[in-house]
Amino acid sequence: MMKKWIAVLLAVAMLFAFAACGETTPAGDEGTSANVENLTSGANSDVKVGFIFLHDENSTYDKNFIDAARAAQAALNLSDEQVLFKTNIPEGQECYEAAAELVDEGCDVIFADSFGHEGFMIQAAREFPEVQFCHATGTRAHTEGLSNYHNAFASIYEGRYLAGIAAGMKLNEMIEAGEFTADEAKMGYVGAFPYAEVISGYTSFYLGAKSVCPTVTMTVKYTSSWFDEALEKEAANALIQEGCKLISQHADSMGAPTACEAAGVPNVSYNGSTAAACPNTAIISSRVNWEPYFEYMINCVISGEPIDTDWCGTLQTGSVELSELNEAVAAEGTADAIADAKAKLEAGELHVFDTSTFTVDGAALTSYMADVDTDDAYTPDTEAISDGYFHESEYRSAPYFDIIIDGIDAPVEE
Amino acid sequence: MRNHAANKREPLFHIVKRDALPLWKSILVRVIAILLALLVCAVVVVFITDLNPLEVYKSMFDGAFGSSRKIWTTMQNTAILLCISLAVTPAFKMRFWNIGAEGQVMVGCLGTAACMILIGDKVPAPLLMVIMVVVSIACGTLWGVLPAIFKAYWNTNESLFTLMMNYVAIQLVSFFCTVWENPKGSATIGMINMNSQAGWFPSLFGQKYLLNILIVLVLTIGMYIYLKYNKHGYEIAVVGESQNTARYVGMNVKKIIIRTMALSGAICGVAGLLLVAGTDHTLTTSSAGGMGFTAIMVSWLAKFNPLLMILTSFLIVFLERGAGEIATDFRLNESIADILTGIILFFIIGCEFFVNYQIIFTKKRKEADSDA
Repeated sequence: MMKKWIAVLLAVAMLFAFAACGETTPAGDEGTSANVENLTSGANSDVKVGFIFLHDENSTYDKNFIDAARAAQAALNLSDEQVLFKTNIPEGQECYEAAAELVDEGCDVIFADSFGHEGFMIQAAREFPEVQFCHATGTRAHTEGLSNYHNAFASIYEGRYLAGIAAGMKLNEMIEAGEFTADEAKMGYVGAFPYAEVISGYTSFYLGAKSVCPTVTMTVKYTSSWFDEALEKEAANALIQEGCKLISQHADSMGAPTACEAAGVPNVSYNGSTAAACPNTAIISSRVNWEPYFEYMINCVISGEPIDTDWCGTLQTGSVELSELNEAVAAEGTADAIADAKAKLEAGELHVFDTSTFTVDGAALTSYMADVDTDDAYTPDTEAISDGYFHESEYRSAPYFDIIIDGIDAPVEE
Repeated sequence: MRNHAANKREPLFHIVKRDALPLWKSILVRVIAILLALLVCAVVVVFITDLNPLEVYKSMFDGAFGSSRKIWTTMQNTAILLCISLAVTPAFKMRFWNIGAEGQVMVGCLGTAACMILIGDKVPAPLLMVIMVVVSIACGTLWGVLPAIFKAYWNTNESLFTLMMNYVAIQLVSFFCTVWENPKGSATIGMINMNSQAGWFPSLFGQKYLLNILIVLVLTIGMYIYLKYNKHGYEIAVVGESQNTARYVGMNVKKIIIRTMALSGAICGVAGLLLVAGTDHTLTTSSAGGMGFTAIMVSWLAKFNPLLMILTSFLIVFLERGAGEIATDFRLNESIADILTGIILFFIIGCEFFVNYQIIFTKKRKEADSDA
């Protein structure tokens, strides 16, 4: 009896599997004909876009890109066959492989979201001159001389400055409530790596806070990883132990926000609101909204226009965004203060890196040669300070402000 | 006898070790296992994602063979995994539990990368290639020989030793990633010698992976001959069966252990060379990508036969690439791909049980009575 059962089961299994094998080829043909149909319908029908993401939706950094890609897809009315995602692509040869495979799939433009992807995207761009390659946060497009390789970023320092204002207001509120004195107003910052993007980010955040709470100081801890939930949590807890009254971060996991929620310490986030997970401590979050760039990039390809070699989104383009203020945590009047500062930034009356608002080693900064044209020796090549402020993201979209200013206690590399 | 049996509660079935199964039968068992695995996967896919399982299998196939580039990449990945599997094989045949292939490959990668970075633009290309080969093999050998010496002379536990050497290797790589970081502050090396391409393997007939594949092919045949027809291969088998027997017939067991592990390490070093100079042109802490461990499975599944390993390593790579393609095609998280790979491997490894053992169901009492 048992034997019979097994025999029947096996027979069914084999039938099924053979059926699977048998239908492989016709299914393939159907697939292509379906694609052809798609190509002939709709205005944006023949464009195909590939996205390469470092992680998947579990990383706040990548989720921000993935959400924007989906939004751009919906806005431009593209089908799922026209927008291909490759997730969890490490910053290595895998990135080149992924790009090459997307080219094989017929993509006209390929976008990669992580800093370390750059070299491998350039390799792919050299090999496939007919395909456009776009890379977020990269630094080399303006010197590489490739017509099909492009960098993009946004003036996120403006968003962080505005988020910093919310942090400073919160500190003021806590000082007024007598929780600590003005001199004890110290913030903690969990950063990934000690390079310009992170330094520019926390400095603008600090300057935003300082613009409303002049006595504030800040301690920075690096995790040496973009995504390490345990390490980020640990770093946030250590900062809280050291007496930091408010935490912000530039790393991609929920480590720091959840540590803050557990300890009841206010948190200013990056890359999307954490208010749902941390309703009692999340104040506000700044982020780069990539949807405007994605739409621009895809539209360029559709219309056959060249894509900017180095594109920098701003508050005006809708690329720099703040999440909704969590009124339950934020100090009173925060929304007005942010709106006020935002209007001034947009009008050009206010500059984040105004040299009259900070000092370096006790003196005001009057000149700084930044390494804008990336080379192996990191030769400073461009004077970034003029008209009384540091011109961030103007000579290249990716940040190059890498100065540790007074009031910020950050480990410095030798 | 019958009365005695009737008094005792007999188990429903018992398990008996099989004599060698005829080849066609053992192949049949494995084919059935794969088919069953596909069936279970189909059920899982339908329940979790509501997708057509046939579409999913098609996409899996496309992932490995969808275009000529994918075929080349599949072959290249198979070659690297095969190379590492070849490396662990002699040690395992000797019953030396070397789970340090990952680390041995990593130091091979590190040695190669060091040559490319430090002297890439200082010596002529042919000399650079020779230095890279020597350094990568030396690094891998060192990592393989250290645990072997300790095992041979002081009988330390080789599993623990080789395992810990993995972490030493990975930390070393992590350290040098920071030392050689490019761009500054990123803690990654990026592409090495991107413009000069110094130390990169040349393309053969326009195929950049062909050289890698040919090298591994030669290694495979060499390893097959070494294990099967060479005196060393015989010694390895004897030491694996019984060290006392080996000693009794006058073999120098210490020497054999050290020599075999040196060979294992050296081939891992070559794998590191192929990875960095042949394909990746960079070094990260995940350069070996867990292949040092997967290789153990490849080697065991093939019963330490280098020629069969071509099949088993291909199978693993096919599953991995196919799984990745599923994630892309259907916008699924990579986890579903991992689940499917896991199910298929479970069946493939599980079927070895049925190849080696047979289940005998105890006959029902009635039948037993009537039989009698």
